[in-house]
Parts: sequence; structure tokens; C-alpha cells
Amino acid sequence: MKANIMRSNKLANLALTAALAVGINTASADDPLKVGFVYVGPTGDAGWSYGHDQGRKYIVEKFGDKIETNYVESVAEGADSERVIRQLAAKGHDLIFTTSFGYMNPTLKVAKRFKKVKFEHATGYKRGKNTGTYFARAYQGRYLTGLIAGKMTKSNVIGYVASFPIPEVIRGINAFTKGAQEVNPDVTVKVVWASTWYDPAKEREAAETLMLQGADILTQHTDSAAVIQAAESKGNYAIGYHTDMSAYGAKAHLTSTVHTWGPLYAQKVQAVMDGTWKSEDLWPGIAEGVTDLAPLNDAIPADVKALIAKKKQAIKEGALRVFDGPVFDQAGKEVLSAGETMDDAALKSFNWYVKGVEGKLPKS
Amino acid sequence: MDFELLTNILFATLRTGTPLILIALGEMVCEKSGVLNLGQEGMVLMGAALGFIAAVVTGHAGLGIIAAILAGMMMSVLFAFLAVTLVSNQVATGLALTIFGTGLSGFLGAGYVGMAIEGIAPFPIPFLSDIPVIGKVLFSHDPLVYFSWLMFGLIFWCFRSTRLGLTIRAVGENPEAANAIGIPVMKVRYGAILFGGAMAGLAGAYLSLVYTPMWSEGMAAGRGWIALALVVFASWKAERILLGAYLFGAASIMHLVLQGLGFEASPNLLAMLPYGATIIVLVVIASDAAKAKLNTPLALGQPYRPQV
Repeated sequence: MKANIMRSNKLANLALTAALAVGINTASADDPLKVGFVYVGPTGDAGWSYGHDQGRKYIVEKFGDKIETNYVESVAEGADSERVIRQLAAKGHDLIFTTSFGYMNPTLKVAKRFKKVKFEHATGYKRGKNTGTYFARAYQGRYLTGLIAGKMTKSNVIGYVASFPIPEVIRGINAFTKGAQEVNPDVTVKVVWASTWYDPAKEREAAETLMLQGADILTQHTDSAAVIQAAESKGNYAIGYHTDMSAYGAKAHLTSTVHTWGPLYAQKVQAVMDGTWKSEDLWPGIAEGVTDLAPLNDAIPADVKALIAKKKQAIKEGALRVFDGPVFDQAGKEVLSAGETMDDAALKSFNWYVKGVEGKLPKS
Repeated sequence: MDFELLTNILFATLRTGTPLILIALGEMVCEKSGVLNLGQEGMVLMGAALGFIAAVVTGHAGLGIIAAILAGMMMSVLFAFLAVTLVSNQVATGLALTIFGTGLSGFLGAGYVGMAIEGIAPFPIPFLSDIPVIGKVLFSHDPLVYFSWLMFGLIFWCFRSTRLGLTIRAVGENPEAANAIGIPVMKVRYGAILFGGAMAGLAGAYLSLVYTPMWSEGMAAGRGWIALALVVFASWKAERILLGAYLFGAASIMHLVLQGLGFEASPNLLAMLPYGATIIVLVVIASDAAKAKLNTPLALGQPYRPQV
């Protein structure tokens, strides 16, 4: 078992290239399976990238010296990521997880060059012969937290600090709003786009702006816990995302939607070892334990807690699929009638808001 | 737009601009002495990390601030030793300092991710903070905001009418000549670099102890780089740094507030606003090319070897 840390900066990349030129990889049957990870943020962000690194640690624990893992953190999306992914592939990694939406095209481009390497891209929708995709049905958690927010708000305005208007984020906003609307039709969800995945100070200002405009419960789809902190300082409630963020606001933190990637990563590693890996689209959720809620705050009344438990069970059993009809768009037009349910393709291409979201959806 | 909203926007503007002012003023003094230190981001992060760690360990946010200043100075001493004493390339050394600081702060702070502290509370100035609107906008901040004004005043005065200001400028314009008239060039440069480090460390403390009282890796999110650009666009003038930083702050806040008000524009376009507005305004102010050139420290970035 070995875990190397490579920092994504030009110097480190230079060093990596130099190391490549010197050390020639000689793979034999006894060599450990090399698994590479590319993270968009630092592993210490207490959010998205941290969660993926926990997944990496899980497989290290599980497979011991049968695998060797490496990760590169804080890799900017776009051209820079292509270089990093290519270097990981060239260094003899057998399986590479690229864990941000913006790595989609770079991953596919590199995958075409390195046909023997298996790639797994998180949150994307394009696959290839040796590129699979995976994501968590986080929207199921979003829906449950929306129910809580709808029940707990007094001002009927809920603030949502979002990053970029891509389907994944819009789906979260819609699932959250749908939950809130189901228990409280008067609720509106105000969205502010911070135009960043990670900038604690900016996320905090976005939260302050929303509270100024009447929001008494906040949630966020950015990567730090600054929004929770902002809510705590003003005596409001907040719902976290990615990891349990209760440390940042014991009073404010109602719950968080959390991801547990470990079992999913273990499954993929095992598949590569057994030679059964195939390109597929994995989208596990609450039923598989990949998506879950952090422990609920005691401020949540017992009847709401019971409702959450009931709905969670229904999701687990497959009786409830969040976007079951009737679903209305922002204008109140029925998009999906009762008895129908939205298919995964529609979920993955969300580009409209459901009823209850305030403001116009910007084009991404 | 109602009054309360406006008040809050202005209040947030000052808060957002403060870390930039601290970093940029420090870097300005450093550059005035002819030294280009690109290590700001690394020094800010070290300040933020060590400041937070000290605050957690001692349970005292005030000690955290002192630790942050010391952390920034330690980093800058390293830079000064390499770039001034050993006459290494300033650009490369500065970049290395940023990379080093980013990595080291992440390493040292790893055990402190997810911890929460009280943070430094706002300190409304008695009487002054009771004035309607102005009181809230100007006098209800945390101590570091007032301190940034104090530093601005001192630096402005220093370069306008003191011998020290003149000495620093002489070293930055022509170190050989300064040396010839008996100015200790190396000492002045060491002092300016240390001052820059202290200010960057303090800005780090502002982020991890005041703004968002927590530590998470890379939390400076590029503020060190923005401040570096600000110094150049402000043509090394303290008053323009103040203006530019607040302009940047205002535009950053408007990016968020306008969305909340239902303003229909692409958030990507709005996100560009702070950069666009600041650059345009500062470039227009400094449009006289000849004058702008006069402000540039002539020996900026050039290594200086003392004649023996």
C-alpha cells in the first residue's frame, strides 16, 4: 500500500513528467492494481473532494497491498485536467477515477489514447468503451431535506447557494424544492449562483445576501461549510451537503445530504481485478447506501422526523422516486401527470425549474 | 432598493475588500523597495492556517492573529533570504513560496479541518456606530477592518512625507545609488519584505478567524493573486489600492445581490463584474502612460548584488 500525494501545479507536473522519463513501468502479474484519483478541490475542503478521498481511503483499507492508490488534488477543470489525467494513465494506472463534471471531455479524450486503462468519471453523461460513469442519487437526499425545510421555515423563503447551472445542480434544486412544496405550498426557494465551487468567503456572502432577502433556512451546493456558519451566526437554520457539517453550526445544522463512495469504489476495483469491468452508468442512491442523511438535529419536531423516516423507507423500497407526477414547472404548467415518473435521461438533462423556485434559470 | 439593503451592501463591500487591502498594501511596500514577491497566496494561507491552529490550541482568537502575523513573516524571511541574500530569481522564488505555502498550510491544517471556533467578534465603535446608515456601514466592523484603515493612513503618509518612505523608494528605484549615499539596501529590502509577510499573514487571519472562522485548505481562493494584480493596476498608490479593493468588493457583492433581486443576467457575466470593473476604473485613472511609468519602481524584480 502506498499513497503518493501529487500537487497539481506546474512544477509538480514537470517533476511528474521527469519521473516518467526516468522510470519505465514494468508491469507483472504480482504488481498491485494502480488506482488513480483526480480531485477538483483540496482533500481538506470538508466537502466534495474530502468525500471522494474518504472513498479512496476505504479501498486502501479494504484491499491493502493488493492496490496502490495515487491522487492529484485541486485540479482545475478543462485543459489542465487533461494533462493530469494523461500523466496518471501514462504512469501505469489501471483504473482512474475523475471526480468532477468538468473532467468529462478530457477523460474521454485520454481514454481514447489509453485503451487498456479503465476510466470512471463522476457526474458526467458521456461514456466510451473504457469509460464508465457514476454518481450518487443525491437528489433523493435533497428531496428529504426539502421536506424538512418546508416544515421548518417561518418566513416561507428558503435560500439556496448554488455553484453553476448544470443539470446536477438544477436537479438538486428541483428535488429540494419539490420536497419543500409538498409539505408547504407557500414556500419559495431563492437561488443565488456563486459562480464558484469553492470560495468560503464568497459562499458566506451569498448566504448573507439570501438571509437579507428573507431566507430563514439555507442550503448550499458549493463545497465548503461557510453557508452553515453564516446561518449559525444569524440564528437561522441550514442544511449541509457532501459531508456532515454539524461541527460548523450545532444549532443551525438541521442535517446534510452525504455521499459514501467507498463501497462503490470497492466494487469497481474488484471488477477490474476480476476482469469483469465494463463501461456502464452506475447511479446508486439511498437504497444502496451511497446517498444518506447526516443525523437529524433535535430541533426537528418528532412528526417531521417520522415523516422523513417514512419517505426514506419508501425511496429505499422503490415506491417513491422523488420526481413522480404530478410535476409542475415554474409557470405552474403540468410537465408530468400523476402516475408517471421521470426517467433517468430526463433527470440527467434538467434545464428547467420546478414550481416554487424563484427567479429565472440562467443558461449554463 | 431600500435603505437597509443598501446599508448591508456597503457593509459587506468593506468586509470583502479588507483582505485585499491588507495583502495589497503589504505587497505595495515590498514592491516599492524593488522586490517582487509572488508568494502572497502562500503567505496568506500560512497565516490563515497557523492563525486558526493557534486560536484552537490556545482558545484565544487574539493569539491566533499574532500567530498568523508571525507565520506570514516566517514565510517572508525565507523569501528574503533566497531572493535578497542569495540573489535568486524573484519571480521563481515567489512562485515557489506560493506552492510551498499552499502545500504546507494544507499539511499543517489537515487535523483542524471541520473544527469550529468563536472567531473575532465585531467591535462597534461607541457613539459613532449609532449614527444612522454611516454608523452601520463604517463603524460596526471587526477590529481588523479599522486596522486596515490605520495601515492605509500610515502607508499613505509614509510615502508622501517621511524620510522612511523616501528611503524605501530610493532602494526600489536605484539600489546602487541608494547604496552609494549610505542607505543599507539589504536591510531596507528585508524590512519591506517582512512587512509584506506580516500583512499577508494578517489577511489570512482575517479569513480564518473573522470572515469564515474555520480552516479549509486553499481557503484564500486566489485572493493573493488578485491583490498582486491590484497593486499593479493601482500603479503603486495606496489610495488607489483602497479604491480598487472596495470596488472589487462592491462588484463581488453586487454579483450576489443582483441575483437575489431577480436581476436577469447571466451569473457568469455578473461573476466577471468585479474583475472587469476594477481593471477598467483603475486603468482609466492611470491612463496617462508617462505618469504611470513614473510610479513603477524602476528596479522592481531586479536582483541587487551589494558592491563590496
